[in-house]
Amino acid sequence: MSVIETRGLRKQFTLRVKAGWLRRHTRIVAAVDGIDLTVERGEMVGYIGPNGAGKSTTLKMLTGVLYPSAGHVRVCGLEPVGQRTRLARRIGVVFGQRSQLWWDLPLRDSFMLLQHVYAVPAADHAARLARCRQLLDLDPLLDVPVRQLSLGQRMRGELTAALLHGPEVLFLDEPTIGLDVVSKQAVRAFLATLGGTGDTTVVLTTHDLADIERLCRRLVVIDQGRVVHDGSLDDLHARYGSRRRLVVDLDEPLKAELVLPGVTVESSEADGRRITYALDGTTTAGDLVSRLAEVAALRDISVLEPAIEDVVARLYTRLLPPDPGARGA
Amino acid sequence: MRVAAYRYLLGAQVRSQSQYRASFLADVIGSLMFGVIDVAGVVVVFRVTPTLGGFGFAEVFLMTALAGCAFALGDLAIGNVERLRQYIRSGLLDALLVRPLSSLAQLAVMDVATRRVGRVAFGVVMVVVATAYAQVALTPARLALLMATPIAGAMIFGAIFVATATVAFWWVESGEIANGLTYGGLTFAQYPITIYGALFRRLFAYAIGFAFVAYYPTLTLLERADPLGAPPLLGYASPVVATAAVIAAGLTWRAGVRHYRSTGS
Repeated sequence: MSVIETRGLRKQFTLRVKAGWLRRHTRIVAAVDGIDLTVERGEMVGYIGPNGAGKSTTLKMLTGVLYPSAGHVRVCGLEPVGQRTRLARRIGVVFGQRSQLWWDLPLRDSFMLLQHVYAVPAADHAARLARCRQLLDLDPLLDVPVRQLSLGQRMRGELTAALLHGPEVLFLDEPTIGLDVVSKQAVRAFLATLGGTGDTTVVLTTHDLADIERLCRRLVVIDQGRVVHDGSLDDLHARYGSRRRLVVDLDEPLKAELVLPGVTVESSEADGRRITYALDGTTTAGDLVSRLAEVAALRDISVLEPAIEDVVARLYTRLLPPDPGARGA
Repeated sequence: MRVAAYRYLLGAQVRSQSQYRASFLADVIGSLMFGVIDVAGVVVVFRVTPTLGGFGFAEVFLMTALAGCAFALGDLAIGNVERLRQYIRSGLLDALLVRPLSSLAQLAVMDVATRRVGRVAFGVVMVVVATAYAQVALTPARLALLMATPIAGAMIFGAIFVATATVAFWWVESGEIANGLTYGGLTFAQYPITIYGALFRRLFAYAIGFAFVAYYPTLTLLERADPLGAPPLLGYASPVVATAAVIAAGLTWRAGVRHYRSTGS
């Protein structure tokens, strides 16, 4: 049985737009517009999309906070809204911008309270807490009131808080938002360890694509409430024609343009002594380098891998027509 | 009901608030002032007139004391639910909804305003003083009624707090509606319902049930006949009315959560 299963999941909001004195036009906006998603046990799924695409709304429907307007949804075999409290015991949720911790109390107290809220047996609680203390280096923080923790420290606390009851699924809504580089790495390393065990299914939304590259083998991109991509990162590059680039520094400008299949000049700088080529794969980088070496003196070369940011930015700005197969599937 | 969980949450709230001792003390004194002003209001009125709606000072004083005590108790238990608007805006409600406990019960224990204990204590003292001053003949039945009345009244006020706060689920910008019914209700319940106009009285005293906070119990305690002709033992009906109010408020809350659409961020 899949851990998460949605079919035609939809959430619409009614907006009342002012149209003159006392008159209001009613407009129905679909924040989530028919999402089909199946996530198996132990998967780690990155759920991304531009602001307002429907990421948080989807997460809220999966966690039982919001009622779907239509469609089918099951998480751990439960119906999230109708069986909210039963589901709550089996999922963990981290909202990057709101806290599950008790602001004025030492971090230790929050963990103790959550043990009682979720009625976790003492031995299980102690074992899970010990693991998180070690992996997230929590010991120096336990006696500090939460309000005095830095954002990065607090996020380590939030992750622990979400895991103490041993959830089967962990939902993370922008867990690295606002964190400094070191804290981001700590959070990612922890999530990678968690994902490596294969016990916990993780769904995370993020705007930081490095989270995805580091953690998620599977990437679901949504836009305007619909899934526009569901597959691996490599699939995404392949489908949207991401190109590797080769940057060469030459002693002298080329006397004649080099013409090879699938190679285009993206830019030419320093009077033609630095050239950036884009490769679509027809000609390999090795072929291009050896052909260049025949006609010019090479000083330096570097290969740039396609950046996920570029692909996603192109997706978001819809410079590319979306694949009709992915839409409304 | 997971009583242990709620007890721990309540303890955490008390510990959190004890972190701010100075502000806590200021709040206790501030909340005491409200109680004092309510009683002072009655004294002022009776300097102008010997009777009010057919009742003397001792009787109205007892009504005021009972209503004040009931309000203080209800406010202590659930008054902060009026901050639901902020919780919806800030997304705290979402955080509560992903826990395996009732959302309303969590709000009640997570945000209980311990500073309002001062007002409860003042209310209890006033009930004792007013009972003695009015020379209530305390039979066992009347003693039970005297103790049940503030609790039933607290349930009625609590139900009003919850029901009015629930408006925020539909209309996040809801403003003064809640205060009109809660603080307005307190003022209404402190005085004999005979002084109000018929329409106003029907709505507040009977439909909402504010007459059962202090007026009818006071009549029963003092063995006074109702000038409006209600049966003499109606004072004992307050717990029934209070239970009905609590059930109605609970259903309103459930409908509200169902309608909750969240902040979408």
